[in-house]
This record gives sequence, C-alpha cells and structure tokens, in this order.
Amino acid sequence: MFSGDPTLLPLAVDWSSLTDSLFLVNVGILAGIYALLALGLQLNAGFTGISNFGQAGFMAIGGYTMAILTVDTGLSFYVSLPLSMLAAIAFGLLVGLPSLRLREDYFAIATLASAEVVRIVAQNAQGLTNGNQGFFCNDDFSRCFDDKWNSISATIIGWLQDLGWSDPEALFPLLLVVMLAVLLVTIALRLTQNTPWGRVLRAVREDQDAARALGKNAFAYKLQSLAISAAIAAIAGWFLALDLATVHPTDFEPLVTFFAYSVLVLGGLANYWGVIAGSAVLWALLEGTRVLKLFPDDADTAALRFAIVGLTLILLMAFRPQGMFGKKEEMVLGD
Amino acid sequence: MEAGTIAVGENASGLRRLRDAVSDHPARTALILLGLLVIVMIAAKGLHQVAETGLSGLSTGSIYALGAVGLTLVYGILKLVNFAHGDFVTLGAYVAYLGNVTWGLPLYVSLILAVIAVAALGVLSERLMWAPMRAKRAGLLQLVLMSIGLAFLIRSLIQFEWGTEVLSLDVNKTATVEFLGLSIGRTQLVTIIIGIIVISAIGLMLRLTLLGKRMRALSDDLDLAETAGINTERIILYTWLFAGGLAGLAGVLAGTILPLQPELGFTLLLAIFAAVLLGGIGDAFGALVGGMVLGLATEWSTLFIDSRWKLAVGFVVLILVLIVRPQGIFGKAKVV
Repeated sequence: MFSGDPTLLPLAVDWSSLTDSLFLVNVGILAGIYALLALGLQLNAGFTGISNFGQAGFMAIGGYTMAILTVDTGLSFYVSLPLSMLAAIAFGLLVGLPSLRLREDYFAIATLASAEVVRIVAQNAQGLTNGNQGFFCNDDFSRCFDDKWNSISATIIGWLQDLGWSDPEALFPLLLVVMLAVLLVTIALRLTQNTPWGRVLRAVREDQDAARALGKNAFAYKLQSLAISAAIAAIAGWFLALDLATVHPTDFEPLVTFFAYSVLVLGGLANYWGVIAGSAVLWALLEGTRVLKLFPDDADTAALRFAIVGLTLILLMAFRPQGMFGKKEEMVLGD
Repeated sequence: MEAGTIAVGENASGLRRLRDAVSDHPARTALILLGLLVIVMIAAKGLHQVAETGLSGLSTGSIYALGAVGLTLVYGILKLVNFAHGDFVTLGAYVAYLGNVTWGLPLYVSLILAVIAVAALGVLSERLMWAPMRAKRAGLLQLVLMSIGLAFLIRSLIQFEWGTEVLSLDVNKTATVEFLGLSIGRTQLVTIIIGIIVISAIGLMLRLTLLGKRMRALSDDLDLAETAGINTERIILYTWLFAGGLAGLAGVLAGTILPLQPELGFTLLLAIFAAVLLGGIGDAFGALVGGMVLGLATEWSTLFIDSRWKLAVGFVVLILVLIVRPQGIFGKAKVV
C-alpha cells in the first residue's frame, strides 16, 4: 500500500480530502492531552488507589514553568522542559507529603484545593504570569515561549512536504508529537505494571495495611505515584501551551481534572490502553455533537458538553463502573 | 506521630502540657486565637475598618455556613462527598431569578420557591441515584464521580435555560443600612440575620428533637442505627430535604449579593468544603462556626492583602485545616 509513488500515500490523500482537517487535528491534540492527564490519574486512582483531583494544577505548573523559564530566564526550550517537569514533581511532593496521610475523601478535597491555589496564583501574580492576559512572550515580544517549538514544527512540516504532502495543517506536527508522547507514556506505565514496584502499588491499593505488614512503605509508594502523575500532567501542560500558543489561568480550571476523570472511567480503571480509547471516545462525543451543529448557539453547545460528560459519568458509575476496558477483578471503585 | 510523642522528653513537658491543653479544648483555643487576631487587627487598622469588613465577612460567612450545613449533614450521614452541592446552590439562585424576574413575584415568594425546588432536587437525586448506589455498596471515588456528573447535568440545565451571561435578581444591591456609625449593605444584613437564625434553628433541631437525634445516630453508624429500629431511608430523605433546601436558600442569598452566573455555586464549593472540615464533618453548629470563621478570614484578609487574593484565603484555610487538624475544631480525633 505504501510502496510506489510517495504522492499516492493514502494518508496524505485521506487528510487533504477531508475539508475539516484543521478541526480533526485540533480534536486529536486535545484528546491526546486529556489522555496524558488521565494516564496520570490511572496510575493514581487505578493502580495506587489514591483519588488525585489536582491534575489541573500540576498541568498548570508544567505549562507556566516551561513558558516562564524559556521567556524570562532565557533558558533553552529543551532545558525548560525537564525543569518544568521537576517543578510539577516538587509541587506534587509538597501537596502529597501532608495530604497523603489523610483519608481518601480528605485527600481528594485537598488536592482539588491545591490546584485551585495554583490557578489563583497564576491569575493574580501578574508580574510572574501576566495574570488574566495569559502568558506568551516577553515585554518587547522579542522572545516567545514557543519560538523554538515553532521552528521544530516548521522542520517537521518540511519533512512532510518532502514526503509529498503539499499542505499539512500547521498544528499537524504537534499532533504527531502529542500522539508519540501518549504512546511512550502508555508503554512506560504499562511496563511498570509488572515490575515489583508496580505490584507493590497494587498491593497498596488493595490493602494498605497488608502492604505495610509486609514491610513496604505504603506512604512512599503513594507519594511516588503522585509525583509521577504530576510529571505526566506537566507534559500535558506543555502541549496545551503549545497548542493554544498561550498559557492562561482559565485553561486550568477544576473542570479539566473532571474531564480527565471522565476519560479515565470511560476507558476503564486499571487499564492503561483503555485511557487512550476513553479519550478518543469522549472527544468524539464532545466534538461530534459540534459537527452535527445541533445548536447554533455557542452557549448551548457548551451546555451540551456538560450534559454529555455529566450523563457519561452518572451512567458509567451506575451501570458499568469498570468502563469499556476496565478489569472487573481489579475493581477499585466498589468495596 | 507516635515517634513524636516518645521523643518529647521531660524538659519539654511545658510544651507538651500546652499541646494537651490545645487538643483538649480546641474550641477555646480557636476562640483565644481569634480574639488575639482581632485585637492585633484593631491595633493595626482601627476598630471601624475591622468592624465593617467583619460585618461583610459575616454575610459571606452566612452563605458559606448555609451551604456547609447541608453538605455536612449529607457527608456525615451518607459518607457522600457531594460535589454537586455547589450546583444545588446555583440552581437555588436561578429558580429565584425565575420567580423574581421572569414571573415578577416578590423576592421572598421566589425564595420559598427556590428552597422547595432544590429540596425536591435533593430528594429526587437520593431516590434516583444515591439510594440505588448505596444498595450496590459503591465506593468513594464512584460516588464522587457520580456527584460530579450530577453537577455537570445541573449546570448544563442552567446554561440551556438561562445562558452564560451574568444575570441579576430584582433587588437593590447597593442600598446600605447605617448603625453605630457602620454601614453595611441591606441585603448583606438580611443574609446575616437569616443565616444565623436558620442555622441555629437547624442546630437546635439536631440537638433536641427526635428527628435530630435519629439523624445524629445515622451519622455515627448507619448500620447500627438501622439495627436499632430507625427507619433510615426516611431519615435520609429528611436529610436531603434539609440539605437541598438550605443549599437553595444559600443560593438565593448569594444571588442578592453576587451576580448570577452558572459557576456561582461551584466557586463557593471549596469554601463550603473548608467550612465543613473546619467545623467537623456532620456537625451543624460546627458548620455555622466554620462558615463564619471562613467568611471573616476572607474579608479581613482584604485589610492586609489585595482583595484579588480573597478567594485563595478559603483554599489556604482548607489546606491548613486538613494538615493541622483534619477532624475540625470540634471534631474528635478519630481515624482521619
């Protein structure tokens, strides 16, 4: 199929024939970002049994730190990426150290509150984050956080054109990178599942006291789980920043975390590959209704999104809490 | 924790005695701390300013407290962390808008309408969702996610019906009342009065009436209460009636002070959670005190820091309470 004239690549034909390829690329990127967020939640809620509701905050730390380091300190884009990940991990530890000792419900509320604190700081610490204007460039616009990415993106587009695709979408390279990241993170997490470390995590999830009786430091394992999840959320934060070309406080509302949980339970708990399927299905549902143009009004479209996610959550929890691909024998939701 | 207790030697016994005193009399300690804080603030900013911001703190606090009482009852009895509670509050405000602006009814009639509507929603959600889920022995995360789903459904309903633009109840928000040289918004004053009366009544009801005793029995141990012959399903329905009605009331009162928008209740939700945890889960008087303390802390913070940071105060208090005293001011140290 792929042999012969490169201009006849089916992929290229397919994409260029779709009139709304921009739309598809956008949805694909968002689905990828939410898959990343939900992968972290899968590690926490699905495999460690901790209900982390602070994912939006870790994501914000990732996006903002990357942008601020690149623009304000002039650090290389490549250096700011791992540093922003470290910042998210540090914040995860800061939040987790006191709150992971609490009961599950308290932990959920504490993480949610910590994410809101991050958002309010982003909104009000104008000197650092440019407040409600959002963060993109320095004062004289000579340096923007996505300069480096834009040149990488241009290079990838050049390669695609060399392959014979005349007019790829500007955001297509980002989609490729996001997909690659989702794939790598999924594989990495899946590999940890069968390591001794992954087995202890599940032991902690099943029975914390039993794990402790076996000499495992349950608290340390939970903390590691939270920190890794925060690091993955930071990656999602970079991609959201690059996708929107700005870092803005309203992109990190608690809704983001709730949507990520919808992705998680749709795909099913205790299954990493299910997260990808969950994200694809949820975004197809959300954006599919927009394509149908049921409602001309924007407010109604937004309302419809809430209705879809709300119904998804309620019906799943009531009738199929293990989601599409969750393992019933690893059900962590019920008692 | 145990290691810490052992490490405290003889020479640190003064500190230890202080700590024991603090944990034996948490309410007294909180009161002393609050009193000291007020004195420091009066010294720094003058009595007039402290009193005036304090009054508006009490009105914010009343709204928090009304929301918190319903949340704390449901949380205590059903062990349900109801994330939809904020949207219950929002719905109350919008139903009042429907009566007050769309139908042109007087505000107090609209208020009763809103209280009834949200109470009915509470009972409906119990019948359709929470009772079946309890029968299935659903876990905490399952119920939390379901309540988030319910929150989204209510919000979508509000957005379909009323859109996302900012609305306002037909009430004069700028009218002020003067007394003792202090000025306070008329609606704020009414909010304080209604809030304190209603929550005190609920608190007394919980302490003194049979229904209240049964509710507290359920809160202690649902299965045991059932074994003791209490009709738990009925008590739970009453609980939802109160929780919904009070959330509706909180929404209407919030609507007389703040602009109406679909996020109204959700922005209050974390502060309401903070009030619940501060007062101790399941404790109605605790929720009153927690709500008031939080309202005061929020408004007094504006004397020292920019009011843009006001919202963050609630969250910081919430996190501090969870770290320092997760069982709340009045709660007993159980498994937290």
